[in-house]
Amino acid sequence: MSDNLITITVDEQKIKALAGAFLLPVCLENDIYIPNLCFLKGMDDPPASCRLCMVEIAGEDEPVASCRCRISEGMEVKTNSDEILRLRQLAFRLLVSTNDGSCRTCIANHGCELQKIAKFLHQPLRTKRLRHIDRDYPKFINTHPFLIYEPKKCVLCGRCVHVCGQLEKGYKLDFAQRGMDSIVSLFGSDLDPASQDCETCLACTEVCPVGALSSKVKWQSFTAEIEAKAKK
Amino acid sequence: MLDQLLAALNETERAAVDEEEYNILRAVVDELLTFSRDISQLIPILQEIQGKHGYLPRLALDMVADHVQTTISKVYGIATFYNQFRFNPPGRNPIKVCLGTACHVKGGEILLENFERRLQIKEGETSDDREYSLERVACIGCCALAPAVVVGEKVEAYVTPSKVEGVITEIEVRKEMAAREQVRNEESQ
Repeated sequence: MSDNLITITVDEQKIKALAGAFLLPVCLENDIYIPNLCFLKGMDDPPASCRLCMVEIAGEDEPVASCRCRISEGMEVKTNSDEILRLRQLAFRLLVSTNDGSCRTCIANHGCELQKIAKFLHQPLRTKRLRHIDRDYPKFINTHPFLIYEPKKCVLCGRCVHVCGQLEKGYKLDFAQRGMDSIVSLFGSDLDPASQDCETCLACTEVCPVGALSSKVKWQSFTAEIEAKAKK
Repeated sequence: MLDQLLAALNETERAAVDEEEYNILRAVVDELLTFSRDISQLIPILQEIQGKHGYLPRLALDMVADHVQTTISKVYGIATFYNQFRFNPPGRNPIKVCLGTACHVKGGEILLENFERRLQIKEGETSDDREYSLERVACIGCCALAPAVVVGEKVEAYVTPSKVEGVITEIEVRKEMAAREQVRNEESQ
């Protein structure tokens, strides 16, 4: 039965949890931090796209993404081996190699998950080991009446697309383009009367782990603040 | 449906929908009726519209989204994923820069940049006078002539950045000659 409590071992710590739960949220609830960007609690089908939550499980040949891994009785998990750290560091470097890293003027500064993960993995936010790719996009896209999107800060985790899809009239935003050009697109929102709902919803801005999607009102007051500071 | 959409536009946007586009949209309304309202029909519908009219107008995407009961951002996301869909009407002189392996190695990217600068449009766009459109293609099958550019139906071989201006001038000259020819014909009649 799914409400059976089972015991798993994570980094020599015994944890009791519901059978069939995903490993990542179980660890997070028990104060074992595993870096993650694309996962949101309550997802039925995590995309496992950020590759930051890799862990080693005894008996598995290869590291697995903990966000998609269901726990089972007696599972032995290692989250802090050197191999895992290297794997996560590589995934992180790939992520930040397209990121503009302008933290000082970013609305998410100090509350940014990318900064938190950088600290956790001992990695700089501007990697020198991979060529930095400046994606051919404007600094921000503000076609939406209430949202502002900064493509160069976006890590394409898909959290915003997920929460928007959960809403009744969902999917006002979705991925567009392909490969290196991928962005989250607010296409059509300028004409769609349904985007009026966004003013009070703003669910996508709340789940954004970085400062890529923000409410226009907040963003404007923030930039005004930054400009005032710069003048001093 | 179409009238509703047009009513939702503001004035400048409505003015941007010219007669040509309006006629296309009218035709799309009828074309949509031949497809079932299932999401699996999305790509066939987009292919049909592009096949008949050469591109996907902005409002046609709205109508398609409504027809298959999904959102415009989903339709846009899917349409932008595939190279075969374009969102601007093709120009009278479509310029295709080959970026297949051989042309890439021989500097096709630089050519593309040169065309972009010369025509003041980006790849995938059409100039305001609808004279030129610029596209990147992946191998046109004549790698021995790399880097190659296709202007209309004609393949230009061994193109160098300095030849870009010549390619454009040739089109302009031909256009000018055709115009004079027409004037002469009219006079003689």
